[in-house]
Amino acid sequence: MTDLATTLAPERTAPVPVRPRERSTVGRRILVGVLAVLLLAALWELVKVVVPDGGGHLGEASVLPRTDDLAMPHVWDIVDRVLQPETSATGSPTVLSAMLSACWFTLRVALAGWLVGSIGGLLLAALMQRWQLAESALVPWVVLSQTVPLIALAPLVVGWGGRIHVGTFEWQRWMSVALIASYLAFFPVTIGALRGFQSPPAAQVELFRAQAASWNRTMLSLRLPASVPYLLPALRLGAATAVVGAIVAEVSTGTKGGIGRLIISYAQSASGDPAKPWAAIAAAALLGLVAAGLVSLLGLGLGRYRYAEVR
Amino acid sequence: MSAVEARGVGKVFSSRSGDVVALEGIDLTVAAGEFVALIGPSGCGKSTLLRLIADLDAPTTGELTVFGKTPQQAREAQDYGIAFQQAGLLPWRTVTANVELPLELHGVGKAERAGRARELLSLVGLDDFAGHFPHQLSGGMQQRVAIARSLAERPSLLLMDEPFGALDEMTRERMQTELVRICAESGAAVVFVTHSIPEAVFLSQRVVVMSPRPGRISAVVPVNLGDVRGEGLREDASFFAAVTAVREALHGTPVTARGVDLR
Repeated sequence: MTDLATTLAPERTAPVPVRPRERSTVGRRILVGVLAVLLLAALWELVKVVVPDGGGHLGEASVLPRTDDLAMPHVWDIVDRVLQPETSATGSPTVLSAMLSACWFTLRVALAGWLVGSIGGLLLAALMQRWQLAESALVPWVVLSQTVPLIALAPLVVGWGGRIHVGTFEWQRWMSVALIASYLAFFPVTIGALRGFQSPPAAQVELFRAQAASWNRTMLSLRLPASVPYLLPALRLGAATAVVGAIVAEVSTGTKGGIGRLIISYAQSASGDPAKPWAAIAAAALLGLVAAGLVSLLGLGLGRYRYAEVR
Repeated sequence: MSAVEARGVGKVFSSRSGDVVALEGIDLTVAAGEFVALIGPSGCGKSTLLRLIADLDAPTTGELTVFGKTPQQAREAQDYGIAFQQAGLLPWRTVTANVELPLELHGVGKAERAGRARELLSLVGLDDFAGHFPHQLSGGMQQRVAIARSLAERPSLLLMDEPFGALDEMTRERMQTELVRICAESGAAVVFVTHSIPEAVFLSQRVVVMSPRPGRISAVVPVNLGDVRGEGLREDASFFAAVTAVREALHGTPVTARGVDLR
């Protein structure tokens, strides 16, 4: 569909309008996201109805999990539990407020990690684009980096960080968590940015060469804008993995205040209060969606660079 | 001073499966302001020769100068403008911003850029589309933007690699007429790669015929159809005579005039 308004208005500097189709796509995506969550809840209840309480067995082997209220509490019980106080102690905050403040903590740490990881990923990709040798030398290490278990890294990072004192700056525990989150986030950004930087067709690259444009100039005016359709999904994926990284890092470094820690502490009451840990797990999953959603907002201002993506 | 001077230029591409001789012993002089077409079958090295002049590749042997300088110096001094078969417009830039790109890359001021872009867009007849984005234009219009862009810095040499190759016949003929006019106005020398005989004849003052394996110049056919070339020329006997001459040079034997295929 051609945008009639744009075709008829020959205004010189008119920025490309976000096309109606794209705007409705944003609305639809939110709707689809909500529907997906509802569907998941419905599936959860369906499993509870269909599968016997004791789980499914094939001879001696258990093939389906137990579905009694202790193992799989009803969705409405989980929702209800969220609104109740955390503990029976007087003045205890509700689970909701405890989770919200934990999510806020984790989100900030994850975003800090995402920022560091994304900048690092972009620089690494630029380096690899600049020198073919760097690409051949670094790509295996980039891939290898993702096979190192985070849990093994966490104590090391905390240990190194603990020794950093520069003037009044002192390494905080949350910084270790953010650093580990960035370690997960940099991977999709590096790969996406590298593909994006290499995406301009030969005709465009040679045009810049014919203009005797420097590498920096070519990067800024050609490769970076051309990489936007590749970068946005990579940044979104990076945000989701940063949240996962932050949660795992919180758990393995024993950092207090975040949702990761909350999952562990709620899990300890699982036998008596099964809805509580599930609530925290759901919150962690939603947090990932929120982080990815926040990053998607970046794309709204970049409509003109996303021609290839929205076509 | 001549625009392009090639003496014994050769180009060998080395690959794992062996060396490929793309060009051998090319001697060619293009005078300032002269329109020269390079024609030949696929693989005759005509595009390679253009790329050597543009310093997008380096010759293996021989000597090549552009306005008395090495191709690299000429490229860095922006002595030429270039247009490829693909328009290669940046999709995130408006038509104006695409035309301004070469000027922007060389630090020309904003006001001057805008003025020059306006001038060029009216030259190629796209005044009304200045604020449009490339995907809103037809292929022919995109190609005209690319030509306007190649003229942005008032180059004294234009290098064109089948710029009308992807266009339909009608658009193509109209673009050829426009190109003749534009070149007459700008006074630039042109090296124009094509594999269409009528196109080469219509546009140029000299047609350089090349043959493949290895790429060599097999003949140079002078075409003098005058400075003012309108649509009527395509029906003219002198046009057909020149087409026949180029075809004979291309095939190496006289061709009978009956059933002339203008493509």
